[in-house]
Amino acid sequence: MLAGVKTLKQLFQRYRRPGNYFFASIFLLFSLALLSQLTSEAQWIASTNWSSQPALWPAIALVGMTVFAALNWISAVVSPRIEGRWVEVSFWLKAFEFVLWFMVYVVAVPLAGYLPSTVIFAIFLSLRMGYTTPKMLTAAGVTGVAVVLIFKTFLQVKVPGGQFYELFPDTMRAFMLTNF
Amino acid sequence: MADLIAAAGLLARLDVLIALLIGSIGGVIIGAIPGVGAAVAIAILLPATFSLEPLVGLTMLLGIYGSSMYGGSIPAILINTPGTAVNALTTYDGYPMTKAGQARRAISIAYSASFYGGVFGIICLILLSPVLAWIAPQFGSREIFLAALLGIILVVLAHRGQIFAAGMLAFFGIFLSTVGLEPIRYTQRFTFGQTWLSGGFDLIVVVLGLFAISQAFFLLVDKDNSPKAQPLTGSLFSGLKELFGYKRVASAASGFGVVMGMIPGVGEFTAQFMSYTYAQKTSKTPELFGKGSPEGLIASEAANNAVPPAAMIPLLALGIPGEALTAMMLAVFYIHNVIPGPQLFQSDISFVYALYFAMLLLNVIVLIFLLSSTNLLTKIIQIPTRFLGIVILILSFVGVYSLRNSTVDCAIASAFGILGLILKRLNLPIVPIVLGMVLGGIMETKLRSAMARVKTPLDFIDRPIAAILFGLIILVIALHIRTLVNEHRNREPDADHELHDSQQR
Repeated sequence: MLAGVKTLKQLFQRYRRPGNYFFASIFLLFSLALLSQLTSEAQWIASTNWSSQPALWPAIALVGMTVFAALNWISAVVSPRIEGRWVEVSFWLKAFEFVLWFMVYVVAVPLAGYLPSTVIFAIFLSLRMGYTTPKMLTAAGVTGVAVVLIFKTFLQVKVPGGQFYELFPDTMRAFMLTNF
Repeated sequence: MADLIAAAGLLARLDVLIALLIGSIGGVIIGAIPGVGAAVAIAILLPATFSLEPLVGLTMLLGIYGSSMYGGSIPAILINTPGTAVNALTTYDGYPMTKAGQARRAISIAYSASFYGGVFGIICLILLSPVLAWIAPQFGSREIFLAALLGIILVVLAHRGQIFAAGMLAFFGIFLSTVGLEPIRYTQRFTFGQTWLSGGFDLIVVVLGLFAISQAFFLLVDKDNSPKAQPLTGSLFSGLKELFGYKRVASAASGFGVVMGMIPGVGEFTAQFMSYTYAQKTSKTPELFGKGSPEGLIASEAANNAVPPAAMIPLLALGIPGEALTAMMLAVFYIHNVIPGPQLFQSDISFVYALYFAMLLLNVIVLIFLLSSTNLLTKIIQIPTRFLGIVILILSFVGVYSLRNSTVDCAIASAFGILGLILKRLNLPIVPIVLGMVLGGIMETKLRSAMARVKTPLDFIDRPIAAILFGLIILVIALHIRTLVNEHRNREPDADHELHDSQQR
């Protein structure tokens, strides 16, 4: 396989994949939209040296980004089309389902508590992913508990205690709020 | 000498040693699982180290950084799937050896070469320290600006065949570093009147999104897979003996790793390519390369393991990260209020030496662990990929949410997760965004302070180091143009290959 790689260029070449043209177009439009906002979203102050201008680096970044995005788009346009563009785009869109579940989990943690939310999230996602055997579901639950024990109980990372724990009796409530 | 003793004293603490043990063994395990990798692990663990002391937190992450490539060679050799992106080249000679019934020999050689490369890199780092301590203070604002600019140019040019996309993403990274309240006039930049944008984009949130959450999405949406690796039988010590037969290749490969690791924006791929080409050209059996050559395996593994210590050179001496992992390490340094750069070498050299010793120690720990536990790791490789995606998503939550308990941060990280997923699917590089973000911020600050003493444009390069750096920038661009012209003249049909499918891992 590597015998075919004779130059540095070949080594670093990343071949195009389906969806390249779509992404190049979206990124160019995004760059142009940001560039059009340059004068209103970053200030050029008359009494200030050019190197300290608030708008200097956004301008450098956006002009550079737009120029390279345009060149990238042109190279996508002149390249032969690769079949499977919309199949690829649908693959990207499928990921939004997991964004949704992730954000539900984020919102649930301060309400239901870190431990219950994590265990439920792990088991729910396992079921959603097609792992229905008791072995895999147990593994998911154990993983959830282990993550909470390592990060919250031992490393004491900053994750707020859940409002749900307020329903517990006094002694247990403090324990749950601190450790889980 | 007193500094060295003080450094050993810093390390001789139970908490530091435990952190090193967890980091190095954890790094090997993480590296061995295809689909995770050091970047994901460091991104997730970053916030967990905030509450630890600087040396404890840094040694843990350093452990992961330095050891993941060891683990990555196991699936590369046994199942033709690199554990981390930089083990891609290892598959070329490692897997054919497995097919020929020499899996144990290949694994043993890979460990030995990795150990050789890692230790070689650290020895170079230790030997270079006095030079660095002398040269680093001569880097003022303009030199650091030019070095950061050189880093950005190199990271773009290093992505040959995708330079436009890499340039676009590097500038996007620079743009991200400018969003929010700017520190001089306190004006808002690209916040669109939204208060949640005033603080700008946090590097850790972006990194977690681009590396960890994107990987979780990638694994969750893709087909489920559970790689199977055969267990190994017999001792793994034989490779150490065999390596001595190839001392020249191992030393040259480690040398390439050190030199390429020191240059920001270049890194493991170039080092591996150069060492592999050198090994093939000087070998008595060049026809075996790609078909199970031990020399090819040594060239690949020694080179990639020599890079992490060398990549610490620009990071520690100048505060300039050369690739994504050192950019993350920089974030850790800042959070622990340890500012890498010329002052660190002058004021706290024993801390720097302690980090070197930690790296040396981690190589020994990892080698001992691997020689005794490889079969355990072959079982870990078999975790189903979608289940791995669930675990990464749960761990990413801790990483992002524990920063400031912000739902908005989680939403931003998810958005970068989608962007990272698209880039991985398109085989486009993520590193330019991260380096653009870090180096963009450095360039803005350093240009501003440098210009205070510059009257004419030539003043900017009137000091020797600034002039050399400027010369290097011109040279790099000129060489690139020359290469493009030559390649255009001798236009050869491009042979497609899958080398950089490793972007997806």
